[in-house]
Amino acid sequence: MLSLLAQIDIEPIDTPDVDWPVLVPLLVMSVGGILMLTFASILKRLPSSVWSIATVLLSAATAITVIPLWMRVTDTANSASSTLAGSVAFDGFSLFLTVVIAFAVGLTALLSDDYLKREGLEGPELYVLLMMSGAGGIIMAFANDLIVLFLGLEILSIAVYVLAAMHVRKLQSQEAGMKYFILGAFSSAFFLYGIALIYGATGSTNLIDIKNFLSVTVLADDALLLAGFALMLVGLGFKVAAVPFHFWTPDVYQGAPTPVVAYMASGVKAAGFAAIIRVFVLTFEQYRTDWQPVIYVLAVLSLLLGSFLAIVQTDIKRMLAYSSISHAGFILVGVQAATDRGTSAVLFYLAAYAFMVIGSFGVLTVAGGKGDAAQSLEDYQGLSKRSPFLAFALMVFLFSQAGVPLTTGFFAKFGVISAAIDARSFWLGVIAMISAVVGAFLYLRVIVTMFFAGDDDHDSDDGESAGQDDIGDDADVASTDKIDVPLGAQIAIGMCLLVTVVFGIWPGPIDDLAREAIPRLVQESPAALFGN
Amino acid sequence: MTSTLTLAAADVSFPVLTALIVVPAIGALLVALLPGSGRPELTKEAATIASVITGAMSLWVLYEFNMADAGFQFTESASWVEGFGISWALGLDGISLFLVVLTGILFPIAILGVDPGHDHKPYYAWLLILEAGVMGVFLTLDLFFFFVFFEIVLVPMYFLIGKWGHGNRQYAATKFFLYTMAGSALMLVGILATAFLTASATGNDVTFNIVELAEGQALARDTARWIFLSFALAFAVKVPLFPVHTWLPDAHTEAPTAGSVILAGVMLKLGTYGFLRFGLYLFPEASVYFAPFMMTLGVIGIIYGAIAATMQKDLKRLVAYSSIAHLGFIVLGTFALNTEGIEGGLLQMVNHGVSTGALFLLVGMIYERRHTRLISELSGLQKSAPVMAGVFTVVMLSSIGLPGLNGFVGEYLTLLGAFNAHRWWAIVAAGGVILAALYLLWAYQRVFHGPAEGDNATMADLSLSEGLTLAPLLALIVFMGIYPKPVIERMEPAVDALVAHIEDAVPGFTEPVANFRTAEDAESHSDDEHGDEEHSEEEGE
Repeated sequence: MLSLLAQIDIEPIDTPDVDWPVLVPLLVMSVGGILMLTFASILKRLPSSVWSIATVLLSAATAITVIPLWMRVTDTANSASSTLAGSVAFDGFSLFLTVVIAFAVGLTALLSDDYLKREGLEGPELYVLLMMSGAGGIIMAFANDLIVLFLGLEILSIAVYVLAAMHVRKLQSQEAGMKYFILGAFSSAFFLYGIALIYGATGSTNLIDIKNFLSVTVLADDALLLAGFALMLVGLGFKVAAVPFHFWTPDVYQGAPTPVVAYMASGVKAAGFAAIIRVFVLTFEQYRTDWQPVIYVLAVLSLLLGSFLAIVQTDIKRMLAYSSISHAGFILVGVQAATDRGTSAVLFYLAAYAFMVIGSFGVLTVAGGKGDAAQSLEDYQGLSKRSPFLAFALMVFLFSQAGVPLTTGFFAKFGVISAAIDARSFWLGVIAMISAVVGAFLYLRVIVTMFFAGDDDHDSDDGESAGQDDIGDDADVASTDKIDVPLGAQIAIGMCLLVTVVFGIWPGPIDDLAREAIPRLVQESPAALFGN
Repeated sequence: MTSTLTLAAADVSFPVLTALIVVPAIGALLVALLPGSGRPELTKEAATIASVITGAMSLWVLYEFNMADAGFQFTESASWVEGFGISWALGLDGISLFLVVLTGILFPIAILGVDPGHDHKPYYAWLLILEAGVMGVFLTLDLFFFFVFFEIVLVPMYFLIGKWGHGNRQYAATKFFLYTMAGSALMLVGILATAFLTASATGNDVTFNIVELAEGQALARDTARWIFLSFALAFAVKVPLFPVHTWLPDAHTEAPTAGSVILAGVMLKLGTYGFLRFGLYLFPEASVYFAPFMMTLGVIGIIYGAIAATMQKDLKRLVAYSSIAHLGFIVLGTFALNTEGIEGGLLQMVNHGVSTGALFLLVGMIYERRHTRLISELSGLQKSAPVMAGVFTVVMLSSIGLPGLNGFVGEYLTLLGAFNAHRWWAIVAAGGVILAALYLLWAYQRVFHGPAEGDNATMADLSLSEGLTLAPLLALIVFMGIYPKPVIERMEPAVDALVAHIEDAVPGFTEPVANFRTAEDAESHSDDEHGDEEHSEEEGE
């Protein structure tokens, strides 16, 4: 009897190895968010700015904890691995995107402080949700198992549904949240069903196992697998706002609080593409002839529809929503290449785009005024006079989005198109460039409005010398009041500006990082393959 | 292949070519950061200093230039983005030398000679950025950076037109930007295809260095032709060639005077220079193949531009259309693919920059005084402004191509080259010379002769500072007309090398030369003594 008991005692519960250091960035973000929620419910009197600062610090901490891990992963002796029974991938790819997401959270928090005060929405809720969503995004970047991926996706999404509806007194915001939630729930269902089908076809949800299974097994009937691809692509395509799963984008971008949109366009997109790359480019590498054409079509549609529909918009947030769709198309161009070059180009694009889009929406946050009222293009007339800083910053961000050289946007486009050319997708490259030109028209429209509109009448044809004195007081400018840029927004916009210009002129460092983040994608750690 | 780069490095340790790009860029930054928007003189001084330093450096380069060397000189090379094989490679040869000098000279003149009237600070900052970009295009030996500079010049010019232009300037600025960007969009695909396909054909790492790409010639024939077309479209828009020229009259007319001067003086040369450096040099076979087509476009441009110029009511628009005609000559000469033609084209690039630059300055001065550019509103100006009329006459005659002035030498060489290659093209193009005389003399007659009434009678003559602005250009016009040898002999080795490169790379192609040759021609290339027009005319006449 005793011996039997002893025997039972000895039998250990089979728990997977946990490589705790790997989880530190995720833990900082998620536990930080939970702690913040706890403290917030105890210390109600704290000023709202505290939460903003805490979020910024925590996301900075997340980014900093990545540094030693990055050293470890790029050190060849001790490179990429997976942990938690192979469900968490530890490689340069996940770390790179973790940093991008951490920056997205931090910069959004900087923008949010004054936004919340202006809108009378002070409180810790937005920050907590932001951090939870960031944690979800990091999980997606690390996910090496479809179930984990789904968990990450849901954590990310649910927080963002609430964030979109954050502005409780604004009907549009409620509508945006509702729309995003319903469509998002649908897309999650698609995604989950896709997982189920892939599990049915391969017998596993673990990406390593799936890849190994597919490399040794020839499926007589791969209909199940292909259906799984399609459904997962619907789910992920929705998150990254690729045509034809883009319908929510303009409405949600228009209605949701502007800082939240900044996060949606940067962090959520990055997480979505992380999943697409890890699942498709990596795990289903052998089946690339099956999914590449689909991505090709999605890319073409997103590029063209995004840029053409953007032109006809008069609301600047809708305009940027469509432009973000066309950016998704550009990133898909890199995905479609399904090469290391393509993946590193996608990473560069995601990093570069995060800063330029947060910067753009940062400017929109400040320039939008109370209640995000000033959203139409006319409201941006003469912005260069009301706030030269904002106008200049938005100009740089828009030029960057248009792909004008010496901004990160140019090198990002250069990267994805060179990946496409390298993979011999010449026509995709051509279409992408055409879309870039169409997009340029749109961005120029905004720049014209900011810089030229309003001084149309003062020297139309009567000489340059006459214009000197009446430059400041054009009558038809919507409002000639100077705009005060709050400190948080100044820091956030300034930082985005710095990154966009400095790394636009000197893209080498980010490009090197993006390159190092490539080859170590799913790697079979011995434990994952044979143990547990 | 790389030896060409290192060989020519000579003993220059100061990275003067980098400085040519960086100094105006830093100048722009300084101007932008200068305090006090209420003191336009200060920003103007700063901008002047930056551009004068750049100009002085370009003259120093001219002085140090080794005439006997056909390769790239003053070369510099540093890795930029290793993963893509992009390097900061700069170099200068006889083809780019005078364009760099022209840029160095025209910018100080444009900055000193024209006052923007309002918003001085951004105006000068944009102008200096423009200078940096233009210098970059002429100096870079890396396709990536070529594209970067080629595109970046659009931004300052867009703002110069849109902010300081006249009339319908926003429309003109946007049209200019989109037209040019659309043109060069496909070039990026072409550049990438060149780099990647060459890399996969040779098995080397990807490189964007044009010397390596050009010497390698690893592309399949049809591929190279397609890629050439993607480049040609970009350059054709920039030049501009006939069907894609419509942005130019708008941009020129609405641009502020300095913008027009720079646009005509150097920016249009980006296209023609591109044809030489990136068309002929990188894709010799495709250039030979498409040469008749390009020459046809050039001739159409010459005739069309001239006819359109004749019809113009606006003086500035007239000069703009005359640019189309002049640039047609340059393309015609370039695609004659012989030393005379290319040299003539090069010379015309410089000539057109000087003469048309001066013409735009003069038109700007008239406009400042009279606030109109309509030819019908102007009359008898020579009575009130005799000096201006005199200067205008010289510049105009140079533009027409009067012997003794610079325009003649370039046009003569161009036509000679074209005649040797495809004589009927040259004969038609020569008609353009006559038309040039027609539209310019007619315009001169209407503006400066006739009765002077009202404002026309009281118009002020050239002021001292305006005269000083124009003086260097006038000096160049006369000097290069009387004694073009110093210019030509510096171009010649590089042009010969380019022609030899085409001959090497294209089997069955020999330089189209005339049966009858002058002593000077015989010196420059002793080979292929017998005339071989029939070789060059594969397309058949």
